[in-house]
Amino acid sequence: MSEKVLFAITAIFNTPDEIIKAAEKTAEKGYKKFDVNTPYPIHGMPNAMKLGRSKLGFAALVFGLSGTLAALLMTFWMSAIDYPIIIGGKPYFAFPKYVPIMFEVTVLAAAIGTVVTMLFFFFKFPNNSHPLHDTDYMKKVSTEKYGINIQADDELFNAEEIKKFLNELGAAEVGEIYWDEEEVSTSPKILEPKFLGFLAVTAIIISGTTYFGLNKLMYMVPFNWMMEQDKALPQETTNVFADGFSMRMPVEGTISRGAIPYPYYGKPELAEKLMINPLDYSEENLALGKKKYDVFCSPCHGYFGEGDSRLRGQYPNPPSIHSEKVKLWSDGRIYHVITEGQNVMPSYSTQMTREEKWATILYIRALQRALNAKESDL
Amino acid sequence: MSSETKIEYSKKELPSSFGKAGYTLFAVGLVLVIISYLVDPVRSSFNNLIMLMFLSSIGVGSLFLVAIEYLGGAVWSVPFRRIPEFLGAIIFILPIIAIPVYFNMHDMFHWTHTEDVLSDEILSGKVGYLNIPFFTIRVVVIFLVWMLFYFMLTKRSRLQDQTGDQKLTSSNIKISAIFMPFFAITITIASVDWIMSLEPHWFSTIFGIYYFSGTVLAAIAVVTFLVVYLTEKGLFIKGIKTDHYYSLGALMFAFVNFWAYIAFSQFLLIYYANIPEETYWYLNRWEGGWIVVSLLLIFVHFVVPYFGLVSQPSKTNPKRLKFMAIWLLVAHIVDLYWLIMPTYSPESIPFSWMELGFPLLTFGIMVIVFGIKAKKENLVPIGDPKLKRGLDFRL
Repeated sequence: MSEKVLFAITAIFNTPDEIIKAAEKTAEKGYKKFDVNTPYPIHGMPNAMKLGRSKLGFAALVFGLSGTLAALLMTFWMSAIDYPIIIGGKPYFAFPKYVPIMFEVTVLAAAIGTVVTMLFFFFKFPNNSHPLHDTDYMKKVSTEKYGINIQADDELFNAEEIKKFLNELGAAEVGEIYWDEEEVSTSPKILEPKFLGFLAVTAIIISGTTYFGLNKLMYMVPFNWMMEQDKALPQETTNVFADGFSMRMPVEGTISRGAIPYPYYGKPELAEKLMINPLDYSEENLALGKKKYDVFCSPCHGYFGEGDSRLRGQYPNPPSIHSEKVKLWSDGRIYHVITEGQNVMPSYSTQMTREEKWATILYIRALQRALNAKESDL
Repeated sequence: MSSETKIEYSKKELPSSFGKAGYTLFAVGLVLVIISYLVDPVRSSFNNLIMLMFLSSIGVGSLFLVAIEYLGGAVWSVPFRRIPEFLGAIIFILPIIAIPVYFNMHDMFHWTHTEDVLSDEILSGKVGYLNIPFFTIRVVVIFLVWMLFYFMLTKRSRLQDQTGDQKLTSSNIKISAIFMPFFAITITIASVDWIMSLEPHWFSTIFGIYYFSGTVLAAIAVVTFLVVYLTEKGLFIKGIKTDHYYSLGALMFAFVNFWAYIAFSQFLLIYYANIPEETYWYLNRWEGGWIVVSLLLIFVHFVVPYFGLVSQPSKTNPKRLKFMAIWLLVAHIVDLYWLIMPTYSPESIPFSWMELGFPLLTFGIMVIVFGIKAKKENLVPIGDPKLKRGLDFRL
């Protein structure tokens, strides 16, 4: 513990008019390091104390502009670069619709930035001690009196002179404040483990009870406007159409985009004769074929086409695709089976596109070849 | 606070240069207006409509300022309440200005063409509202309502100069409360009838508020200019401080932002909904030469006044306030020009000496009306019980 030294000379006044006059005179005398403490803000005080303009406005400007810019870049990046979707016929970069977001983020960034700057830069948070704390002077000026204090580190400081000066101004009371520099400026108490622990426990209790209370005790669907839309879903009945189905058949005489009608239904011989596989053996086509085979064919035919179904016992086993019959079929014949189905095998036309079917056939050929590899394949 | 403020007011004549300027503006403007009516009556009546809407803005906007002061129990604006009261007298000039517009209606308002209206599905749906007899009734009723409330509000204020009776203030508060809904409805109808129905297919439900924001801004701008001017010339009551200036500046600044907010809201909704019968109004003002005026409007009516008034010292600087007040009045004319003129000439921007005569006449009328009222009556409501508190006002 070091010696206590003089921090400031204080004076207490009874009326706001007196304190304004005192502040004016003090500023006129040339004192720089003095402060006025009043229970409420007094109009005209900054002028009386000859304070310059606060620099806090610049912090607001900088934070506000960075908010504007951040919002612009964010919306631009999201809607024009990362996930470009045309909405309402607007271009990807549609400035007018960004303006409300930019405005809101500007206000938010400026407000929070200004408060945080004020706390950390001007109030020196988290240091929460000040020489005037817990003094009689502070207690009085927090309730009904008006006080002024002139600090000892002012260039013109002279204790006797200041006391005389303050008494001349009509101070009700003149006093001295001593402080222990080490105590005030040592590590802020807010970072003590005890306090941090308390903070953590509080946070856990509050967030825990909130979570438990809102989600477990009184569960509410937060926003269900998008979940419950006024529209007909597939597999639901509807009273919009006379037959009660919400799913509709396509308009007669139309086909879906890109669809090519299959002309050989019920005519496997024609399919055998007239169709050839348009795809070449390439890594890409085989990869696509394997993917589709594994998804659609393998559950019954097995991963290697041997008829070793994973559904063994629950469903009649299909014949192996390594039989002589299948090996001798042309690609078109296999295509016909996939398209039309055969025996218990259903049609896969709704699941697979033309290209996928042809690629699957390539993969089947590769599987057949794998069991009967020739020497030249090595 | 010190309670030694004395009411020091002695009535002084306005300088003769004030009246001279008014009569010069009026004479030059009137000559130009008459010549332009002889040259091109249709174009002149569109310009005349701008003048009518501008003077309505000042007249009814001033009346609104008076009423809102009574309703809010405001003290700071009491010392200069007479200025909007004087400007409210412009309401009595409005019917005269409306006459040329009324007789050229057939060339301006498409919905007056009965044969076109009946062959048009949208317009025939609006025929119950947009027809000449009902339009005439609305115009007359609106003028009468404004005159009635002007008369009721100012009569008691003038009477108070002699009696100092507090009851007059409380009855004015009641009248103001009744005036407010009338004001809201009449100003919406006026803007819809006289500006929006120029393009009868188009509609915007925020249009009344859009016009209102410009109206109040223009009225505050005139009041601010006159307060600063009269105080600088020493004609006004002693005790107008920077606190008063700051409040006027802050109010102007607030309404600059309000106008921008409303204008942008109207634009954004129409832009986002993208419905053809709404967007064409903006497309008319975006294509051809009008894009220049549209962009100019953003700068003249928002960007420049925003940065001109945003800082604290600029709101207390009398020179800056006077400049910004005149600037905003011009901005309001540009705004009305942008609203009205594209109907007359969708392709190009009509701008020549014809467009200059009408603003000159407009300002001439304002100066003369104020001069006449200031000669007859006190510039300050000396009998108002709130006057002393108004002079003591501190931020």
